[in-house]
Amino acid sequence: MKETLALLNRDLRLAYRRRGELATPLMFFLLVTVLFPLGLSPQPDMLRTVAPGVVWVAALLASLLGQDSLFRSDYEDGSLEQLALSAAPLELLALARVAAHWLVTGLPLVIMAPLMALLLGYPASGMPALIASLLLGTPILSLLGAVGAALTVSLRQSGMLLPILVLPLAVPVLIFGARAVALAADGADPAGGLYLLGAMLALALTLAPFAIAGGIRVSLES
Amino acid sequence: MAAFTWFHRLASPPHVYRLAGLFAPWFAGLAAACIAAGLYGGLWLAPPDYQQGDSFRIIYIHVPSAWLSMSAYSLVAVASAMGYWWRMKLAHTVAAAAAPLGASFTFLALVTGSLWGKPTWGTFWVWDARLTSQLILLFLYFGFMALGRAFEDRRTGDRAASVLAMVGIVNLPIIHYSVVWWNTLHQGSTVFVGRGSDIAPSMLIPLLIMIAGFTSYFGACLLKRIQVELLERERGAAWITELVKQT
Repeated sequence: MKETLALLNRDLRLAYRRRGELATPLMFFLLVTVLFPLGLSPQPDMLRTVAPGVVWVAALLASLLGQDSLFRSDYEDGSLEQLALSAAPLELLALARVAAHWLVTGLPLVIMAPLMALLLGYPASGMPALIASLLLGTPILSLLGAVGAALTVSLRQSGMLLPILVLPLAVPVLIFGARAVALAADGADPAGGLYLLGAMLALALTLAPFAIAGGIRVSLES
Repeated sequence: MAAFTWFHRLASPPHVYRLAGLFAPWFAGLAAACIAAGLYGGLWLAPPDYQQGDSFRIIYIHVPSAWLSMSAYSLVAVASAMGYWWRMKLAHTVAAAAAPLGASFTFLALVTGSLWGKPTWGTFWVWDARLTSQLILLFLYFGFMALGRAFEDRRTGDRAASVLAMVGIVNLPIIHYSVVWWNTLHQGSTVFVGRGSDIAPSMLIPLLIMIAGFTSYFGACLLKRIQVELLERERGAAWITELVKQT
């Protein structure tokens, strides 16, 4: 447990030292969201109907953006091998890494999402559901992305492969997340989708660390 | 212990190569017989549907393909798991041989589905639950194949792809139900419902024969592909040199 917290602490401190890079996913999120009104049409009615989907798709893409580098530098300087060899279970260490990554990229997305939704004319009454769905959904995306990142870390050209591996797996999160947000916009009860997201988060939290650790071990074998 | 030698011998590439060569013609023959009988039954003997006319007959291709698309992925995942945990090279060979076949049947199911959708639903593609989950299944197959080939060392690629296949098989039911609840236009399941079947026997029997025929065809192709995979992976091994000398 001590090692896990130490790793979490180290990752957060490293992220803080390079604060400038933290803004990149947020800028990406903002830009993707802005592209939709430009590409579709600026009519408020239409934007309001597509807003839940647009915010969720943009969040999904933005959360995938930084995943490629999740284990990259540790793999290159050999510290990933040290982590795999350490007495602490690799599953827990992987979970700490994902937690740190989510805190510095996922959480800012969740905080910024209501702003994006307002830009698209999403009603303020639906904001709690939007925030709740992203709070439950983005950790799942981080965990799934980490599985892909662990599997592709030893490949030189993982940039294009990673989305192909991860996006199909992320479909249920997108469906339930966007559905809950859309229901809340219509004044309906979004609880169903949120419960399912919660269930998927529980499943991902328990199973994904094993897949991530397995992926890291496979990558280190090569 | 002698009872288990057949199992241990399954880990020996030359033995499996021989077995696959031995069984493939039988599967192919069974497939030819079943598909011929099923097509005759389905295209000539079965009456036209009272609503869809003759266009329903595409189910004799569509349903067996859809069945194989799902079961081939289960086969890939089970073989991957065996290869990952028991470090059986041959299990990885089976998974690698089955994945492109499964992807082809998924593609066939999608194409026949959309061809049937044009006269029936009036459009080639609808964002219906089953079509969408088949499409995502196709991408899962692509991811599995792409990851396996991305590594220079084939063994690392096999192990990486097997982790992905296991993640995929856990996710597959979730993906399926998520798209079912998301949107449903596809008709419900009629072949296997709890209390028997809703299809008339004259239509159902050819369909079941076709499913058996497609599965045997899949088996025959799988065995041949396993042979090819073995030749490719074991190239340079002594038994292959022997084999080449003999022929």
